[in-house]
Amino acid sequence: MSAHVVTRPSTVEAVARGRVRRASRRRLVVLALAVLVVAGFVVSLMFGQTFYPFDDVLRVVFGEQVPGASFTVGRLRLPRAVLAVVAGFSFGLAGVTFQTMLRNPLASPDVIGISSGASAAAAIAIVSFSLGETTVSAVAIAAGLGVALLVYFLAFKDGVVGTRLILIGIGISAMLDSVISYVMSQAAEWDFQEAMRWLTGSLNGTTWDQVVPAALALAVLAPLLLSQRRNLAALQLGDDTASALGVRVERTRVTVIVAAVGLIAFATAACGPIAFVAFLSGPIAARIVGPGTSLLVPAGLVGSLLVLVADFTGQYAFGTRYPVGVVTGVLGAPYLIHLIIRTNRAGGSL
Amino acid sequence: MTTSHSLAAERLTLGYGDRTVVDSLDLVVPPGRVTAVVGANACGKSTLLRSMSRLLAPREGRVVLDGKEVHRLPAKELARTLGLLPQSPVAPEGITVADLVGRGRHPHQGLFARWNEKDDEAVAAALDATDTAALADRSVDELSGGQRQRVWIAMALAQQTDLLLLDEPTTYLDASHQVEVLDLLTDLNRARGTTIVMVLHDLNLAARYADHIVALAQGRLHAAGTPQEVLTEDTVRTVFGLESHIIEDPVSGRPLMLPIGRHHVRPRAGATTARTPAEEAHR
Repeated sequence: MSAHVVTRPSTVEAVARGRVRRASRRRLVVLALAVLVVAGFVVSLMFGQTFYPFDDVLRVVFGEQVPGASFTVGRLRLPRAVLAVVAGFSFGLAGVTFQTMLRNPLASPDVIGISSGASAAAAIAIVSFSLGETTVSAVAIAAGLGVALLVYFLAFKDGVVGTRLILIGIGISAMLDSVISYVMSQAAEWDFQEAMRWLTGSLNGTTWDQVVPAALALAVLAPLLLSQRRNLAALQLGDDTASALGVRVERTRVTVIVAAVGLIAFATAACGPIAFVAFLSGPIAARIVGPGTSLLVPAGLVGSLLVLVADFTGQYAFGTRYPVGVVTGVLGAPYLIHLIIRTNRAGGSL
Repeated sequence: MTTSHSLAAERLTLGYGDRTVVDSLDLVVPPGRVTAVVGANACGKSTLLRSMSRLLAPREGRVVLDGKEVHRLPAKELARTLGLLPQSPVAPEGITVADLVGRGRHPHQGLFARWNEKDDEAVAAALDATDTAALADRSVDELSGGQRQRVWIAMALAQQTDLLLLDEPTTYLDASHQVEVLDLLTDLNRARGTTIVMVLHDLNLAARYADHIVALAQGRLHAAGTPQEVLTEDTVRTVFGLESHIIEDPVSGRPLMLPIGRHHVRPRAGATTARTPAEEAHR
């Protein structure tokens, strides 16, 4: 082997070509996903018990009064569809952030208890104390961060090992789910829909009051996370390598965790912890984008699409109306089992 | 081609928790040369390297690069001058060689700056230098140990630093790959004047490839100098607790250490060696 002091032009060309190819594939995927999200959004506004043509929907969206459509589309379907997009994007983005940072597909916030923490807090705040939207969001964020810290410290023993963190997270998550069940059983008015919302997530009866805080949080926190995407890519190579590449490892980690937990908490306060969306979006995005490029935006779009489609399916595909979380739960559980079996085969250590 | 940088440790004390690993160490890295850090297991070699690249803050003393304290320099600025290849870096699942090597460009890219031709050229140069251009589109997962190590070195090269620190770059490699990696580092040093500091396990490879050897014993500097100066029977005894015989390496003319253990040692003329009862019975 010899070191070529002069770089061959053919290598430069090959490197540039490969980069352009990967970048254009990613652009294409992002564009296609965005088109699908818009299509899903429009379809969910048009279809339902009553069908409204595209024209009517468009007029309602732009603020015109259309008899019938203004109420059904404007007051019922529009906030629901917007929340589906916003919450899906938040879950997908936060999920892939955790999975990338902890280098483990199982380490998504809905598997390691953060979503359950936010959900339990929101359930207690609303059901037991009847607090308002802003307070509920604040309580959910505090609980999400609290659970993140708790899991981190319980898993800490000469540094944090991914496997230990995940197992402890799953345990905490199970505990918090039973807290939610308890709160629901103690509620003055036992309401199946409300209980489902906090256990698996639901978009039923969505109002603008729920949508606005989640949308604002996404508008602030998504750009913050995206600004960290290069640092995240370096962190994937291990803390030491990332440091050697000039990344402030601790600062990046804190920024990213706070932003991702914030996204999860705001979205959860609005519609509950829609099961497995955070967990599924990243791996699906990775499959279609291919390795090596940032998955943040593709995973967010996959999340939006998942929630839109799952909600539509849950409402109209069966005789009974199922909340969105039931449908995503059915999708997510087999994948969770698949991952555990695969990692078991690969080496036994989760 | 390279501006020479001065890197030195001054009364450097390092540790984890209650344990002191490196104790008031003074060390000057000769610019433009290849330095090997040797010593027994857990003598503080890796710890020293981690601290020199800002990964570990000193308890006392400091690491100085061009007159400035390393731990006070902006992270990215330091990463453009000094690169480090840790002992066991992690490759994300499915990442291609070109992408992994491209991550080495991180310190040269701003928050919003786009990838440009300079980045492509740096990646291509790193691939060519390490003979990995043919692997560019392959997934890192499918490579052999030797290929993978060359790819990691390529990533460190894409960082285009004048100083390169490597923590045991030859571990887990078979004999031919070890020599391949060390040849590559020598090429780099000769062609570009890159200052290289590497932790090596194998004393004889260190003596063969380094211009300057630093021997650590229990976190203190035992000896530093040319292989001829450092690699003596006394040093081997103090640093490794091993009896040895040093001869001239017939291949390189540098010192070659032959360990003397309890077995398979031919009695030297005049020397009396203890025999085991079994050997006694065979007489």
